[in-house]
Amino acid sequence: MTTTNATAISAAEDEALEPASSPLKAIVGSTLTFIAMVIAWEVVVRRLNIPGWLLPSPSAIADAMWDWRSELVGHFLVTLYETLVGFAVAIAVSVPLAVAVVYSPVLQNTIYPILLAFQSMPKVAIAPLLALWIGFGALPKIIVVFLVCFFPIVVATATGLTAVPGSLMDLIRSLSASQTQTFMKIRFPTAMPHIFVGLKIAITFAVIGAVIGEFVGSENGLGYLILVSTSQSRTPLAFGALVLLTVMSIVLYYGIAFIERIVVPWAPRN
Amino acid sequence: MSQIRIEGVCKTYASKAGRVAALEDVDLTIEPNEFVTLVGPSGCGKSTLLKLIGALIRPSRGVVRFDGTPLTRPTSDVGIVFQDAVLLEWRNVLDNVLLPAEILGLDRAAARARAIHLLDLVGLRGFELRAPRELSGGMQQRASICRALIHDPSVLLMDEPFAALDAMTREELGFELMRIWDTDKKTVVFVTHNIAEAIRLADRVVAMSPRPGRIAKVLKVELPRPRTLDMEFTPQFKAYSDEIREVIYRGTGASR
Repeated sequence: MTTTNATAISAAEDEALEPASSPLKAIVGSTLTFIAMVIAWEVVVRRLNIPGWLLPSPSAIADAMWDWRSELVGHFLVTLYETLVGFAVAIAVSVPLAVAVVYSPVLQNTIYPILLAFQSMPKVAIAPLLALWIGFGALPKIIVVFLVCFFPIVVATATGLTAVPGSLMDLIRSLSASQTQTFMKIRFPTAMPHIFVGLKIAITFAVIGAVIGEFVGSENGLGYLILVSTSQSRTPLAFGALVLLTVMSIVLYYGIAFIERIVVPWAPRN
Repeated sequence: MSQIRIEGVCKTYASKAGRVAALEDVDLTIEPNEFVTLVGPSGCGKSTLLKLIGALIRPSRGVVRFDGTPLTRPTSDVGIVFQDAVLLEWRNVLDNVLLPAEILGLDRAAARARAIHLLDLVGLRGFELRAPRELSGGMQQRASICRALIHDPSVLLMDEPFAALDAMTREELGFELMRIWDTDKKTVVFVTHNIAEAIRLADRVVAMSPRPGRIAKVLKVELPRPRTLDMEFTPQFKAYSDEIREVIYRGTGASR
C-alpha cells in the first residue's frame, strides 16, 4: 500500500527539495528541443548536400508525405487495424487466463511455467512461419501482435491479482466473504493498476509486432510501405511511414494512459 | 457478549529448520467486554494468538471457544484492525468503512447511518468522501477502526494497530479507542510490543515470552478509568511496568 505516514508537511518538504520541474515546463522544453533538432537536421542535410535517397531533409519528408497522403492514410489504417485487433484479442485472452492461473493451482503448475518458458522465445521470429502457414493477409500480423502483447498482460494481471496485502485477505476471510465478493471487491480492483502497466507495455510492442509481420510478407501496411519505398530508393516516403508509425505508437500509448486515468484514478502516476 | 476461552492451545509451523513452536500450552479466558492487551517481544506469538482467536489460523492442538462453542471458522462477530490501515484506495472513506457491511449483506441505510456515526466518533466527520491517500496515517487508522466496528461485532481484535504511527498520534488514538470502548462496550484483544501502551489500555495485560511463545504472566491493571496520561507517572504504573519487563526478559540477560 501507500506510505501511510506521509503527512502534508513532509509532502510539502519533498516538493521544496525537488528541482523546479512542472509538466508544462517539460512539454515546452521538449517541444523546443525537438524543433531545434529538426531545424539542425534540415540545415545539415542542405549544407552537406546529402542525397535524398540516403538521408532526406525534414522538408523533403513533409513533401513526400503530402504527395502520398492518400496512400499513407490507407497503409496507416491497415497497420492500425492489425495492431488494435491483435491487442484486443490479447486482452480478451490474457486477462481471463491470468485469472484462471491465479485461481487454479493445477494451471499454476502446468500451463503457467510453459507460458513463462515460451515467453523467452522471440515471438517476431515466428512471423515467417505464420506467413508460411497462413499467408499474406491481416491474420498473420494480428497473430504476431497478439503474441507480443499476450505475455506482458498475463504476467501483469497475475501479479496484480496476487498483490492483495495479506492483512486485507485476513480481513476478508474474517468476514467469510465469498470467492466472487473477494474477486469483485478486492482482487480485481487491486489488479487494475498492474493490468494497465501491462497494457502500456503491450501497446508499444503491438505496433512493433504489426510492422514485423508486414516486413515478413504483406501487400499493405506501413511496414510494407517502408520495405517497398526503401527498395525503390524513395527514402522520404519511408521516413514518412516511420513518422506515422511513431505517431501511432505515441497516440496509442497515451490513449491507454488516458483510459487508465478514468478507470483507475487511484493508480500511482509518474 | 462473547467469552473467549483458549484451552491448551499450541501452534507449530513447519519451516526449513524443522517444526517451530509459535505458541505452546496457552490457556487464557477473556471475559465479555474485557480489554485485554497481549504484550511481548517479537516472536512471542502474540499475533499468532490473535489470529487464532479470529479463527484465521487453526491451532495445532487445543481449542478456542466463543461462549463455550469451539471456533472452527471465522465468525462475523469479530472486527479486526491491523498495523496497516489497508484501506481500499479505490473507495472513499465512507465506502471503506461500509465494506464489511456489504460483504455481510447488512441493511444499507442502517449501515450507512452507523458508519457516519462511527466516523463522527473518531473525528472524521467531513472526510467521508475523501480518498484514503488524502488522509494522514492516524486518520487512516481511525477509519480502519470504524470499518472494524461497522457490523457491531462483540469482539475487536487489534494487531499492533498503532505501531506504525508516531508516538503522539499513538497515545491520542489509544485514549480515543478507550473512549469508544467506554460508550460501546466490546471485548478487545489488543496486541502491542509497547509496555506502557499495554498497561495504559488494559483491564488485564497478558505478558508473553518468546521461543516458544507462551504466557509468562497475566497482570490485572487496577488503575481507575478513565485512564489519563498522568497515571503513567504513578508508582503503581511503574510497578506494573517493571513486573512485565521482568517476566518478558527473564532469562534473556536484558532484565534489570
